[in-house]
Amino acid sequence: MEKCIACGICAEKCPAKAVDEFNQGLATRKAAYLPYAQAVPFKYVLDPGRCIYFKKGGRCKACEKFCPAGAINFDEKEEIVKIEVGSIILTGGFRPFDPSRFDNYQYSTLPNVVSSIEFERILSAGGPYAGDVVRLSDQRKARRIAWLQCVGSRDVNRCDNEYCSSVCCMYAIKEAMVAKEHIGDDFVGAIFYMDIRTYGKGFERYLERAKSEGVRFIRSRVHTITQADETGTLKIEYYLEESGKVVEEEFDMVVLSVGMEPAKPAVDLAKNLGIRLNQYNFVDTEDFLPVATSRPGIYVAGLLQGCKDIPQCVMEASAAACASATSLAPSRGQLIKEHVFPKENDVTDEGPRIGVFVCNCGVNIGGFADVPAIAEYAKTLPNVVYVEENLFTCSQDTQEKMVEVIREHALNRLVVAACSPKTHEALFQETIRKAGLNQHLFEMANIRNQCTWVHSDSKETATEKAKDLVRMAIAKASLLEPIPDVVVEIERSALVIGGGVAGMNAALSLADQGFPTTIVEKSSVLGGNARDIKETWGGKDVNKYLSDLVNRVESHPRMEVLLNAEVTGSSGFIGNFETEVLHKGEARIIKHGVGIIATGARASSTDEYLYGKNPRVTRWHELEQDPDKIRNAKAVAFILCVGSRDERRPYCSRLCCTTSITQAIHLKEQKPDMEIFILYRDIRTYGEKEALYRKAREKGIIFIRYTPEKKPIVNEVGDGLEIRVFDPVLQRDLLIKSDFLNLATAIEPSGHEELASYFKLPLDDDRFFVEAHAKLRPVDFANDGLFVCGLAHHPKPIDESITQAMAAASRASVVLSKPSIKISPIVAQIDSDRCIGCGLCAQVCSFGGILMEEIEGKGYRAKNIQASCKGCGLCAASCPQRAVDMLHFRDRQILAAVSAGI
Amino acid sequence: MTKRESNDLIGSVMVVGGGITGLQSALDLAESGYYVYLVEKSPAVGGVMAQLDKTFPTNDCAM
Repeated sequence: MEKCIACGICAEKCPAKAVDEFNQGLATRKAAYLPYAQAVPFKYVLDPGRCIYFKKGGRCKACEKFCPAGAINFDEKEEIVKIEVGSIILTGGFRPFDPSRFDNYQYSTLPNVVSSIEFERILSAGGPYAGDVVRLSDQRKARRIAWLQCVGSRDVNRCDNEYCSSVCCMYAIKEAMVAKEHIGDDFVGAIFYMDIRTYGKGFERYLERAKSEGVRFIRSRVHTITQADETGTLKIEYYLEESGKVVEEEFDMVVLSVGMEPAKPAVDLAKNLGIRLNQYNFVDTEDFLPVATSRPGIYVAGLLQGCKDIPQCVMEASAAACASATSLAPSRGQLIKEHVFPKENDVTDEGPRIGVFVCNCGVNIGGFADVPAIAEYAKTLPNVVYVEENLFTCSQDTQEKMVEVIREHALNRLVVAACSPKTHEALFQETIRKAGLNQHLFEMANIRNQCTWVHSDSKETATEKAKDLVRMAIAKASLLEPIPDVVVEIERSALVIGGGVAGMNAALSLADQGFPTTIVEKSSVLGGNARDIKETWGGKDVNKYLSDLVNRVESHPRMEVLLNAEVTGSSGFIGNFETEVLHKGEARIIKHGVGIIATGARASSTDEYLYGKNPRVTRWHELEQDPDKIRNAKAVAFILCVGSRDERRPYCSRLCCTTSITQAIHLKEQKPDMEIFILYRDIRTYGEKEALYRKAREKGIIFIRYTPEKKPIVNEVGDGLEIRVFDPVLQRDLLIKSDFLNLATAIEPSGHEELASYFKLPLDDDRFFVEAHAKLRPVDFANDGLFVCGLAHHPKPIDESITQAMAAASRASVVLSKPSIKISPIVAQIDSDRCIGCGLCAQVCSFGGILMEEIEGKGYRAKNIQASCKGCGLCAASCPQRAVDMLHFRDRQILAAVSAGI
Repeated sequence: MTKRESNDLIGSVMVVGGGITGLQSALDLAESGYYVYLVEKSPAVGGVMAQLDKTFPTNDCAM
């Protein structure tokens, strides 16, 4: 594998075809293949199941014959390797539900019925149809597309997947929106659903956007798909609620929104390891220990633990890393080796002495351009003192040679004309460091991807262009400067703001790993919202958990808890924050290396439905405050989405459906003849919480849907309440008599605007904190060294808050685990003599990387904080005085390259 | 690997699965001082996420 240069000749010469799994079987590949265009590692592999040599023995070997790098080894054998580890994290686990077992959808027989994962590949620009949405029956453009939700989810009649797969509503909406982009205004899209579950951050707005762009949402479970004509057009029948009629409609394509199941190999492995699984074959975990399996030292994350979306997977991944790291804390660093490089030569007073290595890349470059001519040409260019050409400049022996050559010829700059810096720059930089050169005295000319690959039809012009690229690289290299590493010392302690379940878990995870941690809590007690909650949705005792948690926090030797304390300001950057805290009337400065924001959220109040006017109307856990009163009630009603999913708060509060159903089940279990009504818009018991919804219905709890256009009306009558609600199924008003009414009001952020401004952190339109990336960095902020967890990020249940808290601790421990960190030294450099203090650079910087400093007699001058700078260059581009220059990309370096090019 | 007393903790972790979850676990641990063995059955990492076209709700490219 080390030898493969990913030239692709093996695949070109391979005569054996195979089904392309990456494209869901919608395309073919060779038996020698690259799994996909962006595969990591970027290496070709042989599929022994399809390879003619392995199938027939001793024949073919075309790939071996043609491979220019000698990278193919037919004698490689599988071997068993024994590895000692301190802990194990199991991930890797799901398969899309196979819909072929449902004969009514005719997935196996009708070509235009596809699964959602197949549709992903159809939409992909890198997929089998280059992003053209075509019908598989006749390759004609598809225009009318239907999505059928809950295929293999929320279904105990036709499959055993009782749970909700948690992601299908959102991915169907996404597929519809992207399909519309590809197809244009002709697109007709319809999503057939039971409940639309857009419960995540930004999801409800996405749903509303899809509706406004014309995607139809039809609440109907489609029974069968039939073929409408011989070209493959499909026909479905469905019940249309508004008209009360069964309607027929034709579509070019029907996408089955398939659910997720645990993958068999992962399940088998878990079983072999003796880990307990739940009734759905997901690894069983407990609400308060969301990544711990039944076996100590083995953790689980991702879809093997239950259905969830990508950010939740990423959070669990970090949480499992946190649990692992905490259990192994004394052995941190035990097996890590540090690279040691020789001392750097000081080249500042030397004129440039450039070495140039021109690569043939096998035949990739050498076959399409005249490499000897390029090398000869390079010798004629200014400052060049050494040139050689290689078959593969990246090979191990060339690296050794390079070190020798640099020393022998006293080279102080190096240019490699080869492939992409994206894949190879780091390798060459390491090599020149071994020869005592600063890694930034290096430049690459990409004469493969940017030259021979795109000009393979003309050797002459390809050679000329390669010469141009080499000349440009040499011109820039002549002006390169050594850039010293930037090392930031780390204050190895943490500050956690907020002492709820999330804050306490984050703090404990860090303190348990050995990092001193301070919790700042505004109120006089630890515990936050959890103090009002009795039970998790999984039925675990929250009171007991909370008192244990508070005990652990309060008795921890590395923890300081400041109650009645408030943050009043903060300055600094990663590893070096100084935060002002007002504690019991006294101002204190806390120095800390990382900060975790866990300031939570709260249940909003309302003036709807007689709340505050009639004592029989309560919200959230106020219902349970007087258990005797409730116990004797004949009827209790719940209204959901009170203040959520409306114009003022266009988001779903995520918790309300599950919490209200849990409360209702409790009441019903205490008094089975109590009538219980739940008035809802969509029931969003995502994941395994769906079982609670089913249980509630089995117990006789009555669910009545309402629409925001016709909200329920609550009136006082005698010694009770009367609720009038329009039932869209029956298309008539219902009258409910109830003793009590409990409202699930919206969860709103707890007013952390000032805190956000102290740390320069962004808030979204709903005033929750904005993470660095919605999918891949769900607990990081764009500002390094700061993290978020719990309800300050978005409403979520306790188990998810704990996961997120552990994830934030994991990310924070990456910073705290070393006494100092190296950061990229390719940063902005500000010439304060040229700066006029206009502040434009500070304004455009997204990372809080520029401060405006007051200098006596001069007014303000911009100052760059290297540790916060990402080297994006926005400041340099916006400076009207040209006072900002980017290291390694200085104006004069770029201009030298450009001038050499033209 | 150096020889250790049998009751010593071992500063390494095996992560099974090279999808987005496994990758994140592995990166966090490797960056915070643990040696990581990432075990993936297929020839490339990335898992199912690599097959997705775009991701909700931002429509960012999954690659």
